[in-house]
Amino acid sequence: MPSKKDILDLHFMDARYKLIDLAAFLDRVERHPGEADFRLEGLKKALPILLSDQPGRAKAVLEALSDHSTSPAEKATIQYAYGAPQG
Amino acid sequence: MKYIEPHAHMVSRTTDDYEKLALAGCAALCEPAFWAGFDRSSPAGFHDYYRQLTEYEPKRAARYGIPHFCWLCINPKEAEDAGFAREVMAIIPEFLDKPTVLGIGEIGLNKNTKSELAIFEEHVQMALDRDLPILIHTPHLEDKLKGTRLILDALGSFPKLDRGKVIIDHVEEHTVNLVLEQGYWAGMTLYPESKCTPNRAIDMLETTDSDRLWLNSACDWGVSDPLAVVKCGFEMKRRKHTPEQIEKVLYDNPRRFLSQSKNFKLP
Repeated sequence: MPSKKDILDLHFMDARYKLIDLAAFLDRVERHPGEADFRLEGLKKALPILLSDQPGRAKAVLEALSDHSTSPAEKATIQYAYGAPQG
Repeated sequence: MKYIEPHAHMVSRTTDDYEKLALAGCAALCEPAFWAGFDRSSPAGFHDYYRQLTEYEPKRAARYGIPHFCWLCINPKEAEDAGFAREVMAIIPEFLDKPTVLGIGEIGLNKNTKSELAIFEEHVQMALDRDLPILIHTPHLEDKLKGTRLILDALGSFPKLDRGKVIIDHVEEHTVNLVLEQGYWAGMTLYPESKCTPNRAIDMLETTDSDRLWLNSACDWGVSDPLAVVKCGFEMKRRKHTPEQIEKVLYDNPRRFLSQSKNFKLP
């Protein structure tokens, strides 16, 4: 089984790149005019999970970005998904 | 690297991809019926599509020595119009005896609506009536968790269903254990942006029961990679999985599930 150092050797640069890209995305949204929407709010709600000291961060981020309603919808008004729950 | 691609939409790929798959070691490929990127205008459109899946694609794959199999259904996106969906479902039995048809799929939910759910359940009954395996699509992004729960609840209302003959695809970290704990198979899809990365899929392999898991690319008309499964195999190697462990996930697991269909025959 690989060690922590092995995993860092394999994946640290990729994680670093993704973290910088995420930070740049937040800067970019802020720099442009107009109002953001529920998608940014959803992302910001999920971000603190990354700093949790508990395992299951990926699961928790996905759950934070999920629709938790339980009843089937009456009908579909769109065919696509947004990536974050509305409301 | 010997592997099976259990979920690829080759109707939307050029023949170059079959060559790439063959060079990479693909031993068999399975293609579920899916949404073409637009809503078909009539049941006749689906009849032609099923002919393409059962006649043309196996011939195209055979030029590169790859056995091609398919699943049939009306996909969840086009199941919102239940009347239309039932007209299409009436066509399916004509094709179920074709020699490369494995079962019913990829059925499931898209926006988690009542119509989608009704058509999903009718497909499950069609599969049960004929003792066919089932391949299930779970919704995208924020809809996946709710959709997976609705699917599991619906499946639970079929007491005679053999859960070992059902694979629930496109699982992610928040749905994989929901699926596995209820005795179904779970598919991890290596697809950019909306589904898993190879490393997240390997994480799930390492932290869950991997006997009922498979990997797939679900490559289609979108930005996607038909070689995603074999690339994940290489990533497993980098993470010190043994050749036996890699072959188990990439070949043995899908072969074991797919062999439950009488039409799944490898040369």
